[in-house]
Amino acid sequence: MAPTDSDLSGRPVVMDVFRFLPDEETEPRFQRYEIPYRDDDVVLDALNHIKAEVDATLSFRWACRMGVCGSCGMMVNGEPRLTCETFVNEFHPEPIRIEPLAHFPVARDLVINMEDFMDKLPTVKPWLVPADPKPIEEGEFLQSPAQLAAYKRFSMCINCMLCYSACPVYGLDETFIGPAALALAQRYNLDSRDGGKAERANVVTSHEGIWECTYVGDCTRVCPKEVDPAGAIQMAKLSYATDWVKSMLLPGG
Amino acid sequence: MAGVEVTAESRPATPLWWLLFSAGGVMSAFFMPVTVFLTSIAVAADWLDEEELLDAVRHPLGRAYLFLLVSLSLFHGAHRFRYALVDLGLPWLGRRAWLFYGLATIGTVVCGWFVLRL
Amino acid sequence: MDRHYVRKLPAMWWLRKRTYLVFMLRELTSVFVVAYALFLMVVIWRADDPGSFSGLFDALDSPVGLVLHAIVLAALLFHSITWINLTPKVLVLWRDDEQVDPRLIAGANYLGWAVASAVLAWLVLK
Ligand code: SF4
Ligand code: FES
Repeated sequence: MAPTDSDLSGRPVVMDVFRFLPDEETEPRFQRYEIPYRDDDVVLDALNHIKAEVDATLSFRWACRMGVCGSCGMMVNGEPRLTCETFVNEFHPEPIRIEPLAHFPVARDLVINMEDFMDKLPTVKPWLVPADPKPIEEGEFLQSPAQLAAYKRFSMCINCMLCYSACPVYGLDETFIGPAALALAQRYNLDSRDGGKAERANVVTSHEGIWECTYVGDCTRVCPKEVDPAGAIQMAKLSYATDWVKSMLLPGG
Repeated sequence: MAGVEVTAESRPATPLWWLLFSAGGVMSAFFMPVTVFLTSIAVAADWLDEEELLDAVRHPLGRAYLFLLVSLSLFHGAHRFRYALVDLGLPWLGRRAWLFYGLATIGTVVCGWFVLRL
Repeated sequence: MDRHYVRKLPAMWWLRKRTYLVFMLRELTSVFVVAYALFLMVVIWRADDPGSFSGLFDALDSPVGLVLHAIVLAALLFHSITWINLTPKVLVLWRDDEQVDPRLIAGANYLGWAVASAVLAWLVLK
């Protein structure tokens, strides 16, 4: 007989959680926890339950619980997800395997070190570089809805790093600047108020930049904010290649 | 872990290879399947006999078409395959850009010679 | 800095997920594109001499030749479809104040592919 809903909710949530305690152990291990099932729990709730009731030594990051801060990303059954937006009932009663975001060095348990991204981010100048500086007295830069729409989706990033975890190019070679940072570069290149495209070219079109991307496209699939980093990178390739052709046709121009 | 150094080495030829890759991608995507169809099924089914095919190949337009298709496809394949090797964990081979684009260039020259010789 | 645990991506990473596998198969269509381009070079080379030209096609007019062609054709169709599906990502167009629907761009490409194939087939077969 197939189990009914009530049977299922009587079953515990089984979590296989990646543990790594750098001061005590040399190798990571998986630890199994069983906790009571509640229908509307997200994976982050389950982890918080473990931390509060079962095992206070477990470390993980979170803040907003509403998909805004971008700090709760983890591998849930092998997929990079925001744990505050991933419901336990998606997997229950099957065991849920929780690991720190792939490709990043693990500092402790589910906590990754994202210094690498923090170092890279400013190199693409993710801020407005005005084409011709305008004094404050002259007022704000105006932008039409279409001009806003041109870059809006690429500006929604919450730095959750799910895209880096999905990107094998980054996994193979961490010098790759990577999806979120390159998408942000393209976000500013597309901004009508910005004139920094040529300044960004140095880094964006370098050895570590857009040309390293082979368009696996998984970054776009996993992004919780529909930023579409893969699309942004392909647009940047076309745009910089077009500039290159122009510079060949009009030398010195 | 030290921060990764972004070397910002400029590689002026990259946009050219990418544009050739893209042009070859469009050319092969649009024209290769029908060309395979013509040289295999159409011949096997006798919709096209070998003399007609030969005439098509030797026709000036046929020659120009084949030259473009072959050359751009070689650049497309060279670029894509070289990056696939990097992704397959063979960067020591895939990163030798000159090897792959060099072979595609040699292929283009040889194909040009074949075409002009007809 | 404290000790970190660093995970390495295994060489067979592309077998781990369906999306990765499809990506790798897509990239490896390049092998077939190049193989067929080389075959076309042989065709052009042999077109020099009708005897050698028909010898080539007689040799291909065999079960093995047809199977080889079928494999190449399948790979190339996969290449065409995946290529056209990705085109709207690179080619983002705006008409007045609105972005042209990506599906429209892909659709136009499919139409172009069909027309190009039909025209070429007609020119050669007529
Ligand atoms: S682009 Fe998307 S997946 Fe990547 S860091 Fe930003 S929000 Fe997260
Ligand atoms: S806790 Fe802030 S995004 Fe999940």
